[in-house]
Parts: sequence; structure tokens; C-alpha cells
Amino acid sequence: MESIRQLLQIVPRFGDLPQAFQVFLALLISCAVILAVALVCVLYLVWMERKVSAHMQDRLGPMYVGGWHGWAQTIADALKLLLKEDIIPAQADKILYRIAPVLVFVAAFAAMVVLPFGERSIVTDLNIGVLYVVAITSLSVVGIIMAGWASNNKYALYGGMRGAAQIVSYEIPSAVAIMTVVIMVGSLSMQDIVRAQLGGIHRWFLFRNPFTFFAFFVYFICSLAEVNRTPFDIPEAESELVAGYHTEYSGMRFAFFYLAEYVNMIVVAGVAATLFLGGWSQALPVSWVPNQLIPGPVMFTFKVLLLIFVQMWLRWALPRLRVDQLMYVCWKVMLPFALVLLLGSGFLAVYWK
Amino acid sequence: MSEYFRDIGRTVVTTYYSMWVAFKHLFTRSVTLQYPTVKMQMPERTRARLFNKIEDCIGCGQCARVCPTDCIDIQTEKRGKDEPEIFASDGTAIKLRTHVFDIDMTLCCYCGLCTFPCPTHCLIMTPSYEYSVYDKRDHVYHFAVDKPRTVKPSKEAAPTKA
Repeated sequence: MESIRQLLQIVPRFGDLPQAFQVFLALLISCAVILAVALVCVLYLVWMERKVSAHMQDRLGPMYVGGWHGWAQTIADALKLLLKEDIIPAQADKILYRIAPVLVFVAAFAAMVVLPFGERSIVTDLNIGVLYVVAITSLSVVGIIMAGWASNNKYALYGGMRGAAQIVSYEIPSAVAIMTVVIMVGSLSMQDIVRAQLGGIHRWFLFRNPFTFFAFFVYFICSLAEVNRTPFDIPEAESELVAGYHTEYSGMRFAFFYLAEYVNMIVVAGVAATLFLGGWSQALPVSWVPNQLIPGPVMFTFKVLLLIFVQMWLRWALPRLRVDQLMYVCWKVMLPFALVLLLGSGFLAVYWK
Repeated sequence: MSEYFRDIGRTVVTTYYSMWVAFKHLFTRSVTLQYPTVKMQMPERTRARLFNKIEDCIGCGQCARVCPTDCIDIQTEKRGKDEPEIFASDGTAIKLRTHVFDIDMTLCCYCGLCTFPCPTHCLIMTPSYEYSVYDKRDHVYHFAVDKPRTVKPSKEAAPTKA
């Protein structure tokens, strides 16, 4: 944001505007940039998901639209969704039904504001960035349960209830796993966390000590559950509930849910990359290669894409969990492990420094 | 308690195993055929669209009789004494003039029963499977080329489509 504000000084008489308005304009522009980036990313993540799933099943996936390996398939799909009829069930709660997809998307998108794409490319480096992410991503529960309730459909309601139970439960172990890193760094700011990991791959929290190593896996598994990805996709289990909470949605409103799912994937992969894989920091020690050999945003994008690929990979490796198994994994496995890891990294932070 | 840790260990092992299997399939050759551009080589004796070589057909109607779905419509008349004798390619004398030989491929169930009784082997199933049309009526194939001669020369006798 600050860099955009500096950039805006080029515009004649921009400096004459009131201070608050300058900040507002800079925020608006940086949010627009993030939104555009997110939308384009989602288009290609959907394409990537289809390609990865196809090849894992010995298929080819989209091959025709656009020429090269169907690269324009999702653009065509998005245009189709835009043009589709917007159906609202007669017995639905009209207001909630309209608000729900927007709320889910806003909750997903708002978390991107604090993702550190690079040393200077971050919309706003909140001093409580991690806390903000944890708080804002759980807002999507409200949207999901709203969609399930407003659709006036039993499958949608089941999906909404399951989603609420699942996301609220998995918030806890994932937040505890995040805290292991926060304890080591001593700051909640995303940029501070990345700066604590500068200096090569051995400084990343994934490889720094055993507690954060396991905390990465706890966080990754819990983040899968938080964004309703397989093997934890019981809120939209297509073989049990038709499509879960978005059963009744069509056209652009459905696209919003779809968009939110992929933006959520970017967000949790981005948080995992920031906390455990060093964010935009370089993989090799600074003494070995010239500094900033690969630009920070490229490094960050690469790490995020890698984690998203693992998310897609797990989708075709694991079957869906049952509801009771899901709760078992959360409360009886993830939470005790996360607490032990928190304790361990607390000890390290106090006595090893 | 030991069961708890064994379950966790088993989960980790099976997860890694299934991820490995999925990863191997990422690099196996895909089985998809890019259909309109790449076509599967059909076996020689595929039972698909029917074809009648009308020059060899003696109009016996056995194919129409055996057809389970009655998709073959044959109408014949005796050839006159004054007409020259003609023979099928295997030497069978053609005594009847077939002026209607219609096969409705929308009814055909591809059993192939009609091809067995054919004495001159003129009714065969070909491997051609791409014959979608926009109009259902185009799926009725008219094989007859001859016109009826002895029927009353009134307007009723609509000329068969060749």
C-alpha cells in the first residue's frame, strides 16, 4: 500500500489531497490489484485442478478451448456462469440467500490483504496480521450456514450445519499450530515472521526445529478442513448431499462460492508458506547466491503453488472422512498434538534462544 | 493408548502410500482418445451400420423376417418373362425385382441376425459408426434402385426414392 501511495505521487497535485483520502485511494488501488490478481489466479487454479485431477486419473482434462491444452476453458466457463439464469427458490429466504455468497467470498478475499507477496508487495502489514487471518477466515462459516439455511433445502441445511461444525472445530488446532510459530518469532505481523526466516532454507520454520516441523503438518491438515477440501469436504459431499450448502445456487452466485473456495485455498497456502516456508525469502543462503536472485513475489507464488498442488494431490489420494471420524481427527488427534507442539516450541523459545 | 498411536501411524503410512500411487498416475500415459481428431481403429467385423449391396440382393426377404425390431422393409415383384435373366455375383438367379429395400437404422438393435440368412451375402454390417444426422428420417436408408413396373400406372404408386 505504501509503495502504491508513493507511486501515486507521480500524479500531479496528488500530494495536495487530504492525507486520509490519499491513504484511501492507495488502499482502493491495491485492493483492486489484489482482486484482479486473485481472480486471474482462480481461473488458472481451476484449470490446474482439472488438469491435475485428470492426469491423476489417466485422463487428459480440457484440451480444446483456446488451443494449447484447453487453457481458455475456465474463461469460457466463467462467461457461461455469468450468462446463466439466476434462480432463487420460491421458498428461500431471499435476503439471506443473496447475501451468503458475497459474505463467503468477502471472508476469503479479505484475508489476502495481509498476505506478504514480497518485501514491499503487501496491501497492509498489520501488526496483528496472523490473528486477523485466523479471525477473518472463520467468518466464512457465517456465510456457509447462511447459505444452507436460506436455501430451504434439507441437503443445503445439512451441508451448512456440517460446515459450521467442521470449520469451527478445526479453527482451534490450526490456530494452536500457528501459535507455535508466533511464539518462536514473538510477533504477529506477517512481515516480521518472514524476516525471522530470512537467510536460506535452513532458517525456514519447517526445517528449523522439530516442533514447528510437525506444526506445519498439523496446520496443513487443519487448513484443508477449514477450506472444505477433500478428504474433509463433508459440507459439500457430492455423494451424500447433492452439493451441500450451494445446492440451490446457480449462475453467478454459484460462481462466487466456487471463487471463494479457490481464494481460500490461496489464502491457507499463503499462510502456510509465510509461516513455515519462509514467505518471499530465498531458498539458498545469501552468501551462496546474489541476494534477490529470484524476486520475492515469484518465490512466494512458487511456494503457494506447490502447496496448492499438494492440496489437489491429496484430493485424489484420500477418500472422504465420515463426520465422526472428522471430529475424532480434530479433537483427539490434531488438538493434543498441536498443544504438545505449542508447549515444546514455547520451551525452545524460552531456553534455547 | 497403544491402539491410538498405531492408528495414527497407520494413517500416515497409508496416506503416503496412496499419495505415491496418485503421483505415479500423474505420469502414466493417459487413456483418453481425442475423439474427433483421433479415431479408434474399429475391428473389421464390428457390428455397426447395415449395408446392402442391392445388385446382389434377390429380394427373398429372409432378413426382414428374422429382424427382431422389424426395421427392414422389402417390397418386391416378379420380373417379367420378357426381361433378361440376371444373376447375383455368386450365380444365384434374381427372379424378383426389389423396388423397396428400406432399413430404418433408428430401430436397428445391431444384433446382426439379418446378415446370417442372406443367401447371397449381400446384407452386411459395416464398421462405420459415425452417421448421426439432424433429421430422424435421414436414418432410413433406401437401398433399392429399381422402379416397380407392373403396378397400376395410377398416381397412387408413388415412386420410391432411389
